[in-house]
Amino acid sequence: MKIVMAVIKPFKLDEVREALTSIGIEGLTVTEVKGYGRQKGHTEIYRGAEYAVAFLPKLKIEVAVASSMADKAVEAIATAAKTGQIGDGKIFVFAIEHVVRIRTGETNADAL
Amino acid sequence: MTNRFFKTSIAGGLASLLMAAAAVAQETAAEAPAAAAEAAATTMDKGDTAFMMISSVLVLFMILPGLALFYGGLVRAKNMLSVLMQCMMITAVVIVIWVVYGYSFAFGGSTSPWWGGTAKLFLGGVTMASEAATFTPGVVIPEYVFIVFQMTFACITPALIVGAFVERIKFSAVIAFVILWVTFAYFPIAHMVWDANGYLFGLGALDFAGGTVVHINAGIAALVAAIMIGKREGLGRDIMAPHSMTFTMVGASILWVGWFGFNAGSNLEANGGAALAMINTFTATAGAIIAWAAIEAVLRGKASMLGAASGLVAGLVAVTPAAGTIGPVGAIVLGAIASATCYLFVSKVKNSFGYDDSLDVFGIHGVGGIVGAIGTGIFSAASLGGIKGDDYSIAGQTMIQIQAVLVTIVWCAIVSVVALLIVKAVFGLRVSKEAESTGLDLTSHGEAAYHS
Repeated sequence: MKIVMAVIKPFKLDEVREALTSIGIEGLTVTEVKGYGRQKGHTEIYRGAEYAVAFLPKLKIEVAVASSMADKAVEAIATAAKTGQIGDGKIFVFAIEHVVRIRTGETNADAL
Repeated sequence: MTNRFFKTSIAGGLASLLMAAAAVAQETAAEAPAAAAEAAATTMDKGDTAFMMISSVLVLFMILPGLALFYGGLVRAKNMLSVLMQCMMITAVVIVIWVVYGYSFAFGGSTSPWWGGTAKLFLGGVTMASEAATFTPGVVIPEYVFIVFQMTFACITPALIVGAFVERIKFSAVIAFVILWVTFAYFPIAHMVWDANGYLFGLGALDFAGGTVVHINAGIAALVAAIMIGKREGLGRDIMAPHSMTFTMVGASILWVGWFGFNAGSNLEANGGAALAMINTFTATAGAIIAWAAIEAVLRGKASMLGAASGLVAGLVAVTPAAGTIGPVGAIVLGAIASATCYLFVSKVKNSFGYDDSLDVFGIHGVGGIVGAIGTGIFSAASLGGIKGDDYSIAGQTMIQIQAVLVTIVWCAIVSVVALLIVKAVFGLRVSKEAESTGLDLTSHGEAAYHS
C-alpha cells in the first residue's frame, strides 16, 4: 500500500480529482498549504510599503492506494496537474505500514 | 458656515425672510413676548430639517461602519477587532462628552474667539423650540438638529487619528487621549473656524465642511502620535500587508456616500448651495481616484485597489473645505492635485523620514487637508469656476487660508504632545511586545475576528 502525496496548483484540483476518479480511485484528502520551490514568491506593494511574499498558496492532496495502483495514480495526477509552467508542484510516494477503517474495523487492503 | 448665534424663540406660524438675523439673535427669551412680531420673523423649513437629519446620520455612517472597515481592512487580521472597537468606543465617548460640555465649548455662544464658554453645559436651555441659524438670514433649523450634525463631526475627527497608532496602542490610552484631545484641540478649533466670534472665522478663512477643523486637525495629531508612540514591532521586517482589501474598498465606498452628508449637509439648507457641495463631492473624488490610479499605472505599471481607495479619500478630504465655493470642474483639478501630493507623501516622503503613521492619516488627511485648504483659496475664484466674483483676491484669500492652516497646525500639535505625555504618564501608551505580536484582538479585547 502506498500514499501518493502531491502538492499542486490550487486551480488544478478539479482536474486532478476527475483524473483519479476515472482510474477508479475513490477517496482523497485535500489540505490548503503554503510553500515555495523554484517558483519563489512575488512582491506586493501597499502604498509605499513593499512586501516579498515568499510562501505561495498550494493544495496538498493525499491518496492511499494499493501498491499496484500507485504508478497509475502518479501518472493521472502528473498529467492532470501539469501546466508546463514553473510552480506546477511535486508528487511523493511512500509506503503505508498499516490501515484501519474506523467504522468497521477492517484493516489494510480491505480498508482502502 | 455663517452666523452661529442661537436664540430660543416662541415658534410662531408667521415668518418673514427679511428679518435681520443679528437683531433677532440678540433678543433674549424674556424679551421675546414683547417682540412677538420680530420673534416670528424666523422661518423653519421641513425640507431643510429633514435634509439635516439625514445628513447627520450619513456622517455617523461614515464612522460606523465606513471608517472602521476602511481602517480595519488595512491592519493585520489579528488586530481587526481592536480597530473596529476603537472606532465604536470613540464615537460613543465623544457623543456623551458633546452633550455634557463639548457643544457648549464649541458653540456655547460666548464671544471669546477661542472657545464657546459654559452657557450650554448639558445642553442647558435647549428645547424643541430652540433654533439654529443657517446661511440664509431668518431661515433656521431646530437647534437639536444642529447639535446632532456637529456631534457627528466631533466623533469622526478623533476616530480618524486611530490610523496613526493601530496595532500597538493601549485601549485605555486611546480613550484617554481622545477625551483630552477633543476637549483641548477639537472644540476650540471648531469654535475658532465655525463660530461667528471665532478667531479664524474673523480672519475670513474659508472652511466649508471642516478641512482645517477635521482633516488637518486629525492629520497633525496623527503625525505627532505616530512619532511619540513609535513604530510597530517588526516594521520593515514582518509582512504587514492589509488583511482585507475588500473591507477597505467597502469602507472607502461608505465614506464616499456618507461624505455627502458631511459636505452637502454643511450647507445647513437643502438648496443650490447644498447641490453645489454635492456635485463637487462627486467630481473631486472622481478626479482624485483617476489621478492616483494613473500615477500608479505609470510609475509602477499596475493600478492598485488600495491606490484607488486612497485617491478616493484624498479627493474627499481636499474638497471638504472647498465644496461650497468652488466649481465642479475646478473640483476635478483640486482632487487630482490632492491625489498626486498625497501619493508623493505616502509612498516617498514617509519612508524617507521613517515614522510609522501606519494607515497614512497624516499623509492623506493632513496633506490632503492642507492642499484642500490652500486650493480653496485658489479655486473659489470665479475665473476658475468658483462662486467668488469681482472683488475676490486669490492671493489675499490664499494667504488667509495658509494662516488658518498654520494656526491649526500649531494649536493641534501642542495639544497633542501634551495630551500624549499625560496619557503616557498615567496609563502608558503601548501594549507589551508580547501583546503586540499576539495581536490586540485577543490581548486587549479577548476575542478574535476570524475563526478558521
